[in-house]
Amino acid sequence: MITLQKKEDIAQISERLKKEQRTLRFRRLKSNYGLLIGATIIILLIVLAIIGPLFTPYGPYGMKVLDRLLPPSADHWLGTDEFGRDLFTRIIYGARVSISIGLIVALLSSFLGLIIGVYATYYKILDHILMRICDGLIAIPGILLAIALMAALGASSFNVIVALTVVFTPNIARIVRSTALVVREQTYIEAMHAQGASNSRIIWLHIVPNTLSPLLVQATFVFAEAIISEAALSFLGAGIPAPEASWGNILQAGKLVIYKAWWMVVFPGVAIIISVLSLNLFGDGLRDYLDPRVKLKQKKS
Amino acid sequence: MLAYITKRLLSLIPVLFVVTIAIFLIIHITPGAPAAVILGIEASEAEIEALNEELGLNRPIYEQYFNWVGNLLKGDLGQSISMHQPVGQAIAEHIGPTLSLAILAQIIALILAIPFGIIAAYKRGTAVDYSLMGVSLLGMAIPSFLLGLLLMLVVGVKLQWLPVAGYESLSNGLWAHLQYLILPGISLGTIQAALITRMTRSSMLEVLNLNYIKTARSRGLSETRVLLKHAFRNAFLPILTVIGQTFGVLVTGAVVVESIFNIPGLGQLILNSIARRDFAVIQGVVLIVTVIYVGLNLIIDLLYGFVDPRVRLDRK
Repeated sequence: MITLQKKEDIAQISERLKKEQRTLRFRRLKSNYGLLIGATIIILLIVLAIIGPLFTPYGPYGMKVLDRLLPPSADHWLGTDEFGRDLFTRIIYGARVSISIGLIVALLSSFLGLIIGVYATYYKILDHILMRICDGLIAIPGILLAIALMAALGASSFNVIVALTVVFTPNIARIVRSTALVVREQTYIEAMHAQGASNSRIIWLHIVPNTLSPLLVQATFVFAEAIISEAALSFLGAGIPAPEASWGNILQAGKLVIYKAWWMVVFPGVAIIISVLSLNLFGDGLRDYLDPRVKLKQKKS
Repeated sequence: MLAYITKRLLSLIPVLFVVTIAIFLIIHITPGAPAAVILGIEASEAEIEALNEELGLNRPIYEQYFNWVGNLLKGDLGQSISMHQPVGQAIAEHIGPTLSLAILAQIIALILAIPFGIIAAYKRGTAVDYSLMGVSLLGMAIPSFLLGLLLMLVVGVKLQWLPVAGYESLSNGLWAHLQYLILPGISLGTIQAALITRMTRSSMLEVLNLNYIKTARSRGLSETRVLLKHAFRNAFLPILTVIGQTFGVLVTGAVVVESIFNIPGLGQLILNSIARRDFAVIQGVVLIVTVIYVGLNLIIDLLYGFVDPRVRLDRK
């Protein structure tokens, strides 16, 4: 009877502990304003990019010479551009391009960086070769490397993705590698070796999951950086070719008419700033959430 | 110390090897034969053949690479096809404005960042601290080319305080030179300022908690004296590293910002070369900026090892 009572108690206690842990985690999430605000804005932006065209009667390409460079009004919320295209519509379609390129680059370079970083820790010779290549690529300033690649490959959305992935992968590989090196030295990995687990089993089931949280944080920052870089490339005329809408393209056109149409510079600029700022907030918040120790240390010092 | 310097120099060799291979390969990843791409669609077979011969593009690729690197070591960056002059000469003509802009941006960043960082650390946890940190977060989120455009719009077009675009060399007078560089300098320096503000703040916070600061205060020294003379001096070393490491970033950033303000620097050179498919110039500019970048990092590392012995012992 007594033992049964005890068993129930233990079950109760462990249940309560679990619940507490959950509320604690929830509370940590709730007090993490950066993460919440950042995530909300990003989701809103993505939703707007997807359903935005429903709110506007205009297309992204239809030109109307009579309507060129109209200031913001009830008909054209954000004004029109140098070809009489509705700027709001252009920015929505630009959001599709800019956000999806940012996201694809973040995913691709994270994936490649993960594979390079993890396998490098496992095979000595591979490590030397891959890390020297990464060091070399990191040494070339990112935007210049991207410009040179775009010059060689030619301007297109696909090539922007290729160029930016080449630029961002080495850094991610370095970060993954440094995390993976620590994990690799743990005793339980040694134990798995002793039990005869295959390398790929250890890599994919044990090392990779442990590198995911720093990778996720880094991927968020790459997302933001990729949006900036795409805009810079397109602005410089080495990115996405006209007439396709991207925030950088609109800015490029806006610079030429800066005396007549402030809205062509301000609105796409604000779109870039909001998306980058919210991604940065989200990334910082995510880092605090995934690794609370960092925050605690900062508070102490 | 000598061992540290040698080790650091030797570690550069593989990096430079990869850098040169990557830059060399740029011309070879073009879709289609490089010579045909350079000459455009109207070129005849004979012209393509002649250019292949001239640039050595019909030789085996490793031979081309070693030739190219051999010439680099002799200081020969190749020949610009569109400008009919050596690439080295073209770069020398364009590097001045870029460096001028990067240095000005660095000065602007320091003038803003160090006082802000010290104030934020001193007023930690107050509204002043939070607003400074908020502004610096915003500063880091605005890409410099965008800030440049917005400044151009407000200060140049609406207020008309400063010229919108253009360039005068320093030989035409300091003010003539500076008035064209102020807006680009601010656009470029802001991200840097935001970064250094944060760095200064955290570095100062660390020092302000130490006992010798309490001692200084208990001796009745004025707050300004404690902050500037005692705390800042010790907090400065990490800040110096950030400044050094990011100067390379400024040179790169200058390349982008220049093109907004029509400053005839390396940025304009590389962008014009894209349109003319002048690969030798593109390769040359990327190489030179990379060498500046790598060289600065090396100098900072060496200086740091010199000032702080723990650094050089750590890496042995």
